[in-house]
Amino acid sequence: MRVGYYPGCSLESTARDYAESVEGVAGLLEIELCPVPDWNCCGASAAHSLDHRLSLNLGARNLALAAGGPQPVVVPCALCFNRLKTAQAELAQDSSLVHPEVAALGRDWDKAEVVELVEFLTGPELRRQVQEAARHSLAGLDPVCYYGCQGQRPPWITGNPEYESPRSMDRLLAELGAGVRDWAGKTECCGASHAVAQPELVDELVARLYRQALEAGANCIVTGCQMCQANLDLYQERIGARLEQEVYLPVFYFTELMGLALGHPQAATWLSRHMVDPRALLARTQLPPQSWERL
Amino acid sequence: MNKADAGAPPAPGEPALPGVPQGQPFVPRSDFRRRVEEASGVDIGACFGCKKCSNGCPLAWAMDLHPYQVVRYVQLGLEEPLKKCLSIWVCASCQTCYTRCPNQVDLPRFMDHLKELIHKGGLPPAHQRSLLFHRLFLREIKARGRVFEASLMARYMLASGGAFGPEAKENARLGLAMLRKGRLRLLPSRVKDRRWLKALFAESAEETR
Repeated sequence: MRVGYYPGCSLESTARDYAESVEGVAGLLEIELCPVPDWNCCGASAAHSLDHRLSLNLGARNLALAAGGPQPVVVPCALCFNRLKTAQAELAQDSSLVHPEVAALGRDWDKAEVVELVEFLTGPELRRQVQEAARHSLAGLDPVCYYGCQGQRPPWITGNPEYESPRSMDRLLAELGAGVRDWAGKTECCGASHAVAQPELVDELVARLYRQALEAGANCIVTGCQMCQANLDLYQERIGARLEQEVYLPVFYFTELMGLALGHPQAATWLSRHMVDPRALLARTQLPPQSWERL
Repeated sequence: MNKADAGAPPAPGEPALPGVPQGQPFVPRSDFRRRVEEASGVDIGACFGCKKCSNGCPLAWAMDLHPYQVVRYVQLGLEEPLKKCLSIWVCASCQTCYTRCPNQVDLPRFMDHLKELIHKGGLPPAHQRSLLFHRLFLREIKARGRVFEASLMARYMLASGGAFGPEAKENARLGLAMLRKGRLRLLPSRVKDRRWLKALFAESAEETR
């Protein structure tokens, strides 16, 4: 299967573990990811905060380039996904703000079928395929699945029917043997890009998420968004110190756990990039040590 | 005067909005509301004050004005309190309020619009570092069409004082750890075709400063 792929800026750098696991799992499932040629930044929070016209144009260019390639166009970053879908909805209403230089690249904005990676990889067909190909059980991992904001809301933009309490990752991981815990934090906000300029906001939001995850009996958190992963993983030592109980919650990308279940040979490398070392937890599971121990 | 048009006094149990005259007739000015409604495309008049936005907001605890109060100021035509308002910088655009609003008032879009007015008007922002981070982010896009995270963070640390202040040690420790774990790319990636970028930024506020 060939699909379009819009990786986004973070996956080239801080979320390299995510990128590697996405590519690794896609390879095992015989999905060919075809990057949108010469894609540009979606503009993220900065563009929609300070310059609406710019954010719309950045989206218009990506959509025009994506429309020319294979469909659907899969997006691993929840914020990129939301920005592309928002631009698409707005362009359908009014495209007068599109700069002529950008419009010259193509106007087939509506032809790009933008899909979030989480939803794409957890569809019934691919889930069946994953379950058949799985070599190891994820038993011993008791995750809460954390979906965050931008892939879910608002539903008339994201097209996500389960936007208040999504279940897609829950279903996938339960089928792979994980002891998935239900919890109320699924779509709460992690503070996203505030981590840089207003870290005190992220500290409080993430502390709440840790508390809820621990209360639900989870021993790890699974996410499909690299901003959520960063905020939950990078500062766990600092934020955990605010809580009265000890916090040890490795933060996995759902694709990393798929890779472990499917026996991908590089999974240990992806996991080695986390700040919260997951090995103490993985040692308590049935996963064979050679799948996660770095030699 | 029509009692329905009165901004004051507040409903029972409602705290008075700072800056709104109490105990005397108050006729909202509609010009500010019309102006921002037209520019942002958000129907502010549709809000009937149910406060669902503020009850569900994950960051209301850090705001000086609750989301419904931001909307109320616009309905009353009072521009000044919004220019000084911290809430518009605290909003994380998580879309909870917009999703749950019974009248689909696009509050995150509206918060963005107020930030854009401050940025483009050269007004002092209520949260300096937030504006700084956003501006440096846009500069990355302007230079390469993509964001080079290592450069963005280095520039932010220098410009915000974070490279020298009390947080310098933690920032340095985190940066080094990420480097060691291969989570920092050291050379930027860029789009090949950059003509359109030049044209786009030529008309943006970044070019004028």
